[in-house]
Amino acid sequence: MEPFTAHAGLVIPFNRANVDTDAILPKQYLKMLGKTGYGDFLFDDERYLDPGDVDIPVGDRRPDPDFILNQPPFDRGTVLLAGANFGCGSSREHAVWALHDYGVRVVLAPSFGDIFFNNCFNNGLLPVILAQSVIDRLFELASQPGEVSLTVDLERCEIVQGENVWSFVVEPGRRDNLLSGLDDIGRTMALGETILEYEAQRRSVEPWMFR
Amino acid sequence: MASQTLYDKLWNRHLVAELPDGSALLYVDRHLLHEVTSPQAFSGLRAAGRKPWRIGPNVAVPDHAVPTRRRELGVAGIADRVARVQVETLTRNCHEFGIPLIELEDARQGIVHVVGPEQGLTLPGMTIVCGDSHTATHGAFATLAMGIGTSEVEHVLASQTLRTQRQKNMRVVFDGAMGFGVTPKDLILALIGRIGTAGGTGYAIEYAGEAIRTMSMEGRMTICNMSIEAGARAGMIAYDAITEAYVRGRPHAPEGTEYANACRYWQSLRSDEDAVFDREEYFPVSALVPQVTWGTSPEMVVGIDGCVPDSAGPDAAAQNSMKRTLDYMGLEPGQALKGLPIDKVFIGSCTNARIEDLRAVANLVKGRKISRSVAQALIVPGSGQIRLQAEREGLDTIFQKAGFEWRAAGCSMCLGMNDDRLQPGERCASTSNRNFEGRQGKGGQTHLMSPLMAAAAALTGKLTDVREL
Repeated sequence: MEPFTAHAGLVIPFNRANVDTDAILPKQYLKMLGKTGYGDFLFDDERYLDPGDVDIPVGDRRPDPDFILNQPPFDRGTVLLAGANFGCGSSREHAVWALHDYGVRVVLAPSFGDIFFNNCFNNGLLPVILAQSVIDRLFELASQPGEVSLTVDLERCEIVQGENVWSFVVEPGRRDNLLSGLDDIGRTMALGETILEYEAQRRSVEPWMFR
Repeated sequence: MASQTLYDKLWNRHLVAELPDGSALLYVDRHLLHEVTSPQAFSGLRAAGRKPWRIGPNVAVPDHAVPTRRRELGVAGIADRVARVQVETLTRNCHEFGIPLIELEDARQGIVHVVGPEQGLTLPGMTIVCGDSHTATHGAFATLAMGIGTSEVEHVLASQTLRTQRQKNMRVVFDGAMGFGVTPKDLILALIGRIGTAGGTGYAIEYAGEAIRTMSMEGRMTICNMSIEAGARAGMIAYDAITEAYVRGRPHAPEGTEYANACRYWQSLRSDEDAVFDREEYFPVSALVPQVTWGTSPEMVVGIDGCVPDSAGPDAAAQNSMKRTLDYMGLEPGQALKGLPIDKVFIGSCTNARIEDLRAVANLVKGRKISRSVAQALIVPGSGQIRLQAEREGLDTIFQKAGFEWRAAGCSMCLGMNDDRLQPGERCASTSNRNFEGRQGKGGQTHLMSPLMAAAAALTGKLTDVREL
């Protein structure tokens, strides 16, 4: 995983609550075997007027001009500004892969679906929980003419937009993971002895769990 | 020791280490896998030269993208080439890493959350994870069961543990007895309607109360299954005699003295009398009516005698969202739900495709015909074992005589990864768990309800109060 220290990018205002992972990446793309190649299918149902599937070239499809990702300057955006409970529903990590593959590096929202939130940290995508008042202010800024860019600094836990600075909170372990780009599994494997000790103790009281 | 909730007990029993960053390493007793969320995890293991920590806790079964027709053809019968390769990849990965696999042709194949309990792979006191958000289903057995992402699937394969955060405790008390025509599905839908799809975020929910105590394991699984639709990763129910009777004699359940020992331990899998919950919801059920969703989120739900809301209130974003929802669903503010014509019926999914659901449907449709206006009515059993059981009881004949299609087991039209899908503009009475835009097919309009209510809709061709049939 590539480390995440800070990211500067254009805001994509996506003002809708309860955006589910089915919407972020529809089911037909869950058949793929890799972690990349999903970016073209991000928000597929809304982004294209005609139906898609893994073997239909996106170049042959008609983008929906009313959809925000098809509108400049938002088509260059990398910071998604969203409503409450973003990423609810299905556990599909494919939704995170699609956002990341498209180029989104930060999602700002008042709250997130729990599993999606978790999945982000395992893929170098930063989900930031902000107070509703801050989110409202950001939507207000993003609705002005022109483009709105901001910088999300994970080392300082700050969002900077022009004169405005907002701080945010990330759990320290998750922050360290993103900053270092370290693999969780490697760190856990270093605790192998502890896991073996736990198993031995547990086996003595619940042997049926180890049949 | 201070009083503990069931969740506290399960958490403490499985805690391998508290990590310096505030998270915890939790031991995983059972890891269920399927074709869709596992290939990248196996690739990751391979790339890092890692092996599964233990083989025994893992069991894989293809379910998400499998066809529900012509099952005798096996994997070769999967017409969608990409989906076929994914199922073949699961087989190859399981063989390479030695993971037990229930193959498509196996009579035990089915939806992973139906197969686990049925085979005794789900035992009280376990921690159970799966790359699927409906893993909470297994919480009905007094387990801590959670959906995880694919990176975590790889982590569990490699280390038999999960890095996770402790949740807060919520108890939902379903008090009283369910009335005629009201089912566990109606209880959980009504709860989601009350607390919202984010209401349970950050909590593990324990379901309790008279309605739960007297409920079958099938019903309890329906309730726990939809915990994620209330935002909670895990939902659970205390162990009791009903749990014990379900588990006893299952293929993977312990036997003899060991079973007796297990039962003795399992008795402790309940919240202490004076345990304190961070949040409590009291939900009387005796006056509840059958529920039906009207929108594109499970929280958009009313009783069958109700209407689409008149307005979304003063907030502009809420009004936009409401307009978008109603445009998508082809409905008007204030419109009555009862009498709304439907095109398709789907009875299936990990929420409602167990034998009890099928018996309830058969009981209602026996000797009747589905409406001519219904283009397709599918019954997709949750597993091959349920399919066989239903056939032994003659339910398949009842369904087919009534005009239903009787299919092989899989997730099917719950998420439409196979060829069972809604077409744009088709309205469906569905026993599944999600009514998101496009969930059952791009442009499809889903109304979630109980199997009884879906069967009633099939008979009349419109949303119907099953109590009036």
